[in-house]
Amino acid sequence: MSSISLQSSLPKTYRIIDITQETENVRMYTFDGSLGAKPGQFLMVWLPGVDEKPFSVAYDDGAHTRIAFFAVGPMSEALANCSVGDLVGLRGPFGTSYEWEPGQHLALVAGGYGAAPMFFVASEAVQHGTTIDVIVGARGKEHLLFLDQLESLPNVALHVATNDGSQGFEGYNVTVLEKMLEVTQDTKTDDPAIDQVFACGPEIMLKATLDLCNKFGVPCQLSLERYMKCGYGICGNCVMDPLGVRMCVEGPVVKGEIASKLDEFGKYHRDSVGRKHDF
Amino acid sequence: MRRFCIKQHVEYTQITMNLEQTIHGVTFKNPMVLASGIMGITASSWDFVVQGGVGGITTKSLWLTEHMGHKCPTIISTENWMLNAVGLPDAGVEKAQQEIGAFMKNKTVPLIANIVAGSIEDFGKTAEGIAKLNPNFFEVNISCPNVEDEFGKPFACSAPDAAAVTKLVKKVSGKIPVFIKLSPNVDNIGAIALACAEEGADGFTVINTVGPGMAIDLRSRMPILHNKVGGLSGKAIKPIAVRCIADVYKATEGKLPIIGTGGVYTGEDALELMLAGASLIGVGTAVADRGIDVFRKICSEMQLWCTNEGVTEVSDMIGGMHRVTSNQ
Repeated sequence: MSSISLQSSLPKTYRIIDITQETENVRMYTFDGSLGAKPGQFLMVWLPGVDEKPFSVAYDDGAHTRIAFFAVGPMSEALANCSVGDLVGLRGPFGTSYEWEPGQHLALVAGGYGAAPMFFVASEAVQHGTTIDVIVGARGKEHLLFLDQLESLPNVALHVATNDGSQGFEGYNVTVLEKMLEVTQDTKTDDPAIDQVFACGPEIMLKATLDLCNKFGVPCQLSLERYMKCGYGICGNCVMDPLGVRMCVEGPVVKGEIASKLDEFGKYHRDSVGRKHDF
Repeated sequence: MRRFCIKQHVEYTQITMNLEQTIHGVTFKNPMVLASGIMGITASSWDFVVQGGVGGITTKSLWLTEHMGHKCPTIISTENWMLNAVGLPDAGVEKAQQEIGAFMKNKTVPLIANIVAGSIEDFGKTAEGIAKLNPNFFEVNISCPNVEDEFGKPFACSAPDAAAVTKLVKKVSGKIPVFIKLSPNVDNIGAIALACAEEGADGFTVINTVGPGMAIDLRSRMPILHNKVGGLSGKAIKPIAVRCIADVYKATEGKLPIIGTGGVYTGEDALELMLAGASLIGVGTAVADRGIDVFRKICSEMQLWCTNEGVTEVSDMIGGMHRVTSNQ
């Protein structure tokens, strides 16, 4: 329950050393330092004088930290205007991370920019002898992320789904997962069963993934997102009903059995003053 | 259960010492209270804290109408201190009524409703709205140091203002005891407590955060908190809390209960605040470092210390320092 001893609760500024435009909307920044983040954890990213918001860690190799983001509000728009050499404050890493056992068969479901943390998971998990099916989904092919990077990893099979059918399966990535589970979880087939499903993306996709995993009896871990301020269990902004668990400490990566007990999951979230808003 | 020994010969699991406290007729199963501003947004979050062994819950500061708070960073810390300028965000009395109402249905520990306002008049209106839900106590926040830009110096920095707020809240609070949350950032906290006591205050919460303080990032040369300054809490402020509690206890001759808050991390910290005059102990910042079950841990440590020292009633500790020093 206690917070991670190595985490920093005081932001330290790092310089942006590389910027790549991954898709029309998604940019990836590399910073000149590591915070020792594990896949699934998040950082509080501070733009001095502007604001501070939580961001998933896209990569941390022990020397550099990466975040990938889509400019959706004033803070991330200001962040998108930064250049190489600019200073950005980072604190963390915070929260739970994805957990696997060596040699497991994992299915990774990535929606939109959820592909960034899923690449981090895949790149770490393959080092432990896992076999991975990763299903990347997006509205159209121009929004697909990290396909080349994922494809370059050993023991990773890449599946693609787009809503408009412009690349891969036409439809949702969760439909691909369903077809996969129908085969892999059928004991009459030779396909190796999937031991765990990991998912990161829009909440509606996460909810569909949870329902499928419950139907097939496959354990899953989902990355949930709620409004956060402190990042380490103090402010209470990111608690979820009815358990009252904090997505910054007991989450953001939540096991399926916990997510199944969160009534608000897939239904509503709370804003900065705690007022409910339906999805 | 895992059995382990800390320092001395008595093991945690052997101790069953009663820590119950009854204040103004309200029974707390132990003296530990969740301090205002921590994890206090929803009924389910209060239930979650109750599982951590807390004896009572204090809500976040409740406003009459929506109040947005500050931009982030709002909370930053090191192992020794925390600075916060959250700016008391809240959706207003209507939302508070929903959350308090939900909590009160299955209430397992007493609830202290913390209220705040920008004017003396609004303190009365907010108290009136919340009183209908019958919380066990009111805690009146007249001492937040990080909304000064909006509202000027806290009411707790002026004895007449503090007394005027007390008088109005008492007028609308019915039978609900009213605790005034005092600021350490004053010349004479005892005089301010006395002014509130004369208007009918039923107790005090001592102290709110210290300062305000500031932290600057070296590379960007910018203050880290968006509000630039914020209230200081954590281990570093415990000696100030102890002195302020002692001053308030002395000024009010130990007649009014005190919720002692400030830098409590361990059972021995809690007992020290009790010796200064506190009956209940608020814990906030330590939640970040010792986890949500910090309340249970502190209780175990209090029981351990008392048992080893032959203290059979934890209440005997309350104001103990004053009784010793008055005999000298």
